[in-house]
Amino acid sequence: MKTFGGSARFLDRADINTDEIIPARYLTEVERAALKPFLLEDLRLEGFDPQRDLAGCEALIARANFGCGSSREHAAWALEVNGIRLVVAPSFARIFRQNMFNGGLLALELPAAAIDGLFRRFARRPGIRAVADLEAGLLEVGGEGEVERVPFELGGFERALLEAGGWLEYADRRYEAGKRKGG
Amino acid sequence: MGKTIAEKIFEAHLVDRPAEDVWVLSLDAVFCHEITTPPAILELVRRGKDRVFDPARIKAVIDHVTPAKDGKTALQGKILRDWARRHGIRDFFDVGRNGVCHVLFPEKGFVRPGYAVVMGDSHTCTNGAFGAFTPGVGTTDLAVAILKGVCAFRTPRTMKITLSGTLPPGVFAKDAILAVIGRIGVDGATDRIVEFDGPAVEAMDMEARMTLCNMTVEAGATCGICRPDEKTVDFLWEFIRGDFADRKAAAAAFRRWWPDPDAVYEQEIAIDVSGLEPLATFGYKPDQVKPVRELAGTPIDQVFIGSCTNGRLSDLRVAAAVVRGRTIHPRVRGIVCPATPKIYAAALREGLIEDFLQAGFCVTHPTCGPCLGMSTGVLAEGEVCASTSNRNFNGRMGKGGMVHLMSPATAAASALAGAIANSPLFPGTRRTP
Repeated sequence: MKTFGGSARFLDRADINTDEIIPARYLTEVERAALKPFLLEDLRLEGFDPQRDLAGCEALIARANFGCGSSREHAAWALEVNGIRLVVAPSFARIFRQNMFNGGLLALELPAAAIDGLFRRFARRPGIRAVADLEAGLLEVGGEGEVERVPFELGGFERALLEAGGWLEYADRRYEAGKRKGG
Repeated sequence: MGKTIAEKIFEAHLVDRPAEDVWVLSLDAVFCHEITTPPAILELVRRGKDRVFDPARIKAVIDHVTPAKDGKTALQGKILRDWARRHGIRDFFDVGRNGVCHVLFPEKGFVRPGYAVVMGDSHTCTNGAFGAFTPGVGTTDLAVAILKGVCAFRTPRTMKITLSGTLPPGVFAKDAILAVIGRIGVDGATDRIVEFDGPAVEAMDMEARMTLCNMTVEAGATCGICRPDEKTVDFLWEFIRGDFADRKAAAAAFRRWWPDPDAVYEQEIAIDVSGLEPLATFGYKPDQVKPVRELAGTPIDQVFIGSCTNGRLSDLRVAAAVVRGRTIHPRVRGIVCPATPKIYAAALREGLIEDFLQAGFCVTHPTCGPCLGMSTGVLAEGEVCASTSNRNFNGRMGKGGMVHLMSPATAAASALAGAIANSPLFPGTRRTP
């Protein structure tokens, strides 16, 4: 059974960009692991302390247009090396979303109303978990005694990427270099 | 049913439809720089797949931090350089021949109408000015592009933005695209291709069209795209003259990539640019846009004139015209960064560099450095920069720094004033704060 997520954090802001997720001053690293201490270091969010608030975090729930701006896949890697393999938001920027799936991570789009509901019910409570079950097509969010189940649909291609472990794995098996349909 | 430019390019490049809404396209070129490519190279090496689909179709440049500023950036350059050498990638541009990728590669004629091109850089969308589909992608997409020459995209959805009227004096393509982003928002074009149309776009030269397309990603667009016309032909002529009888024939051939009259757009927006005035951003998002006059008097510490948005010769000409014979404010650090060696040399010949130096600007070598706070112009906490670049995100040019985006004319005028100010090129507003 393929699941994503775990201990969850709520980021109550839209348009969180990839410069905030991993600032350019750390793009001189060529290995993913080196990005670990710097995740969300420049996030503009009242009262947010990345070191304190991201300890043990395995899933993020955020507002619209998450991951906008730079194409840097370092943003998805900074999440991954911190153990965050699930981001839930009403919408994602295209490149960031593709980077997540290309690396076998889940960028889960849910209707804004459903996200609103999750924020209202759980954002201020400690110990909340968010786990997405691919087979069941169900996101479970909640804590002690209270769980909300939100169904989701995932495109066939995204599902295939997650099953393959990423785009490199998928494409390597499927395509020959330089072949074009119809020449 | 008629097709948009992007739909025509998608059909011409189709390799596979792995799902109903997904197209895998073959690529005419893959562009690379030293920030996002080394992790792709290392990943391919780790997997025992250190190969390239076609060395002639791969173009690479060291542009973000160059010459290297420390051991880490030296290593990034070395990984790219060694890779280019061992795979026989001839179009590799290193210190002395390098420049900002989205200015250098078009200058070299590497982007043609109808092409599909990817690069691990969001501002690759700049190249759509040539009537090409040129989205920025991440490093995994780049690795597959390098290895296989393909990339996957959702079925293209196109938003048509028509710019009618004539840009007033002192108002530029930069102001027009800021107006567009201010209107549709930072996710107003997410997952869509922005096709530009209208007399104001036709009137723009290729440099202005590149500025226009450059910032479409700030509205979330996959790519900006313009119809290839006589101006496209003129810009590319030295590279394509062997392929066509004359310029007219080339322009006629490029019409293949024009949208059909009955093309279907998901959304259409029209803006009359005749009434535009110079604009600048005021917050941490590129859609937070105001007339310069409303921001006039905002003190600044630094001015940056350069980047893939506005580091071209036409930009330097405008900025030099504003500062010529004058001196920038003593509190302001002025940085001018010609985007390529060719532009630098032309600016020298035309006396623009002399104008900048006399005015008190520092003129740097071509690099992306200042725009994203990586080198040659990083802001300190609490400092403010008037910049011709494309992103005003929190910390973009240095942790705790603030960036106001604007045209080269406005940036140059602001350097003189020591605060955000309209340029005298814009006659509409002479008011001082």
